[in-house]
Amino acid sequence: MIQLSRWKVVLVGLSLVLGLLLAYPNVLSPEQRASLPGWLPKNALNLGLDLQGGSHLLLEVDVPAMREKRITNMAEDVRVTLREERININGIQREGGGVVVSIANPAQFDLAMTAIRNLAAAGAAGGVQERTATRMSDNRIRYAFTEQALANMGATAVDQSIEVVRRRIDSLGTREPSITRQGSDRIVVQAPGESDPAQLERVIGQTAQLTFQMVDVENTANFMQTGLVPPDAEVLQDAQGNIYLVKKRILVSGENLTRASVDSDQSGRPAIGFRFDGQGARRFGEATSANIGKPFAIILDGKVLSAPNIKSAITGGSGIIEGNFGLAEASEMVNLLNGGALPAPLKVEERRVVSAELGADAVAKGALSTAIGFVLIVVFMMLSYGLLFGGVSVLGLLLNGLLIVAAMSLTQATLTLPGIAGLILTFAVAVDANVLIYERMRDEARSGRSVVASMDAGFNKAMGTIVDANLTTLVAALIMFMFGAGPVRGFAWTLTIGVFTSMFSSVMVAQVLLSWWLKTAKPKTLPIADEPVRQAGKTATAAAE
Amino acid sequence: MRGWPLIKLLPQKTNFRFVRYALPAGVLSLVLCVASIVGCFYPGLNMGIDFRGGASLEVAKPAGQVIELDAIRGAVSGLGLGDVGVQGIARRDNNVDDGSTAIVRFQVPEGEDQTHVVQRVEAAIDQAVGQVTYSGVSVVGSKVSGELFTSGLMALAAAVALMFLYIWFRFEPQFGFGAVAGLVHDMILTFGLIVLFKFEFSLNMVAAILTVIGYSMNDTVVVFDRLRENLRKYKTMPLRDVIDLSLNETLSRTIITGVTAVGVLAILAIFGGEALFGFSIALMMGIIIGTYSSIYVGAPIIMLWGVKRGGSVDEEAKPIKLGMASRP
Repeated sequence: MIQLSRWKVVLVGLSLVLGLLLAYPNVLSPEQRASLPGWLPKNALNLGLDLQGGSHLLLEVDVPAMREKRITNMAEDVRVTLREERININGIQREGGGVVVSIANPAQFDLAMTAIRNLAAAGAAGGVQERTATRMSDNRIRYAFTEQALANMGATAVDQSIEVVRRRIDSLGTREPSITRQGSDRIVVQAPGESDPAQLERVIGQTAQLTFQMVDVENTANFMQTGLVPPDAEVLQDAQGNIYLVKKRILVSGENLTRASVDSDQSGRPAIGFRFDGQGARRFGEATSANIGKPFAIILDGKVLSAPNIKSAITGGSGIIEGNFGLAEASEMVNLLNGGALPAPLKVEERRVVSAELGADAVAKGALSTAIGFVLIVVFMMLSYGLLFGGVSVLGLLLNGLLIVAAMSLTQATLTLPGIAGLILTFAVAVDANVLIYERMRDEARSGRSVVASMDAGFNKAMGTIVDANLTTLVAALIMFMFGAGPVRGFAWTLTIGVFTSMFSSVMVAQVLLSWWLKTAKPKTLPIADEPVRQAGKTATAAAE
Repeated sequence: MRGWPLIKLLPQKTNFRFVRYALPAGVLSLVLCVASIVGCFYPGLNMGIDFRGGASLEVAKPAGQVIELDAIRGAVSGLGLGDVGVQGIARRDNNVDDGSTAIVRFQVPEGEDQTHVVQRVEAAIDQAVGQVTYSGVSVVGSKVSGELFTSGLMALAAAVALMFLYIWFRFEPQFGFGAVAGLVHDMILTFGLIVLFKFEFSLNMVAAILTVIGYSMNDTVVVFDRLRENLRKYKTMPLRDVIDLSLNETLSRTIITGVTAVGVLAILAIFGGEALFGFSIALMMGIIIGTYSSIYVGAPIIMLWGVKRGGSVDEEAKPIKLGMASRP
């Protein structure tokens, strides 16, 4: 193990070159970075909001618009339910926080009442009924949100919006924006760095309401001639300006989406792949098998994406949406769909630049103390293990630092204060790896082994411990990355990077450098041994030096 | 080759009888853990603005004049409202960041009137930086939304469970229990110290606790690894002696690594300024606790439990003759 093997030297050399190449942009100014040739990596470290500042958006959640929309949906629910029960109605009117429906045939009144009551019960969330059905005079039924539900709607919408916005702008969990509620219906979004505010707004600005609705083929011809829109249909456009007459009834919506992904159609153009959950798949299957040969429309935020004909029943619950998307557009849309729909539209009220949360003075102090801390490690390692062995572990640490900067720049993960905590742990563990190896060597030398044998055994035996300790950390970090969100995820990512780089650099660098030293210097004693041990000697002699 | 005499924090061979004090140490740990848990509820964790939310206020000087952020931070901190956030922001009218405007975030203590607190904050700022204009007073929510909180807890629980399983399979079940007990012990005591020192519990503190968990795990695995090795090597030695031996053998490594980590954090606490102080102290104490727990929580649990030894004799488990004259 202690022989100077060529592949290890090559590996260390390669990682050094790669590390330098990837970390290099950090010492350049933004202008210099922009002028680098295209094949060179350009990304510098992404510092978090607490260290660097970024952009600040004040958003207003349009609660009235959402309320309006939910009441409209209510009317549509009632219309469809009563039609399924074959109950004739005279009309549905909006009234306050609900709708009033008048039943045409008094004989059907009780039937209608039961149907609407069931509808209200079906919409109950968490055992709390949000909607009530009440009997009114003249064969009318009032179906409305409770006072409580109306009052909570705003707060719930803000809470949901915060989650959706977070999922959208931080889909990987490593960007670490700060998203807080402000007042009763506003959200402050702060995103770190020179992130493009226009892109931020575009991502936040869409509600991303995806629906699948049938095209109203029967009435299209009539509509084209007379412009008459049936009460259960609406007129929508696609990106090219083509007009569609679409049934209002929603077959399946984005709520039933489990995953969207970038896919491609038969001719290789970008498309959006989607997969429904069980309920969505069943509804989609039923709708498609009942309407073979007819077109349906896929609608995102009131715009028709495409309106394909149903060729056969789609029962698997997945498919692709074709459209004239570019790759960037498709991936942005996928991100939106995966983030979920906003319960209400968001209006940007204010956009501004913010500086670091911690303040420039605090950041400067932090940087200074990190540097002093590093010097402390260097001094301590030198004092404990001497110029050679201490120096080797310091070189390992330097390579470790370089590789971390390179990996963080490459993956564009955001470095925040919590991330720095992860790094401190990484450095401590990296030093620990060297300490474990050296202490093992000492142990072996103490028990009378030769220099080569004790160094060899030191590496071999310490390796098991190092691998175990690091694998345990890695397991924890990966789990935290998978399940966590926000800062927990950022921390886990830094830690994951750190485990790999520190294992590599503290073990590999030490092996390569020390075996090279062994080969060239042919030492008689182990410099870190307690007392010099004679080569192959069974008893230690105190007067060797 | 050796340029200077290497410093040794410990004599080359130590023979501390760690296990002898395991009982009082265990009692002490248990008492401290109970005290910490009680402390977390009464007086309770000092939840910061990250978790509780608070109020925010915009402070501006006329365009072109510089507003002193640290003066504001100092003045508002003096009011005893907990950690205060002061962040520079571009001017509202033209979105130019000329250093004249700042957002101040602070907590409104429970039971106090927000307008009253805001007035006190404004008075303090007036006194510190002179004439300024205020705007945009509003209530701010917590940074930690419900989803973030539950997913964070889930992640932590899953991580602990998986580490437990990993150690269970890599070592023995009782090792897994020992490690997780040590880890929970460290977490609880770190919380206790945060309460004791009245540090504000913020998102950074969460990171500190996660780091403590990571360090504690690393430390425990190192000790356990040696313990496993020695259990195979010295089949007839009583368990308590094997534990003592393993702890002593790893002691110099434990101390060197611990001192390095604590040293770096001490530097961070001393020179890192107010913003890093609580964070680094919590981390530092957590690492000290983590070191203690791998000696006095993890290993004694294994002793309490007992280890099956010599059941399956494989090649590796046979006593190795290494000519160790100095070892028992």
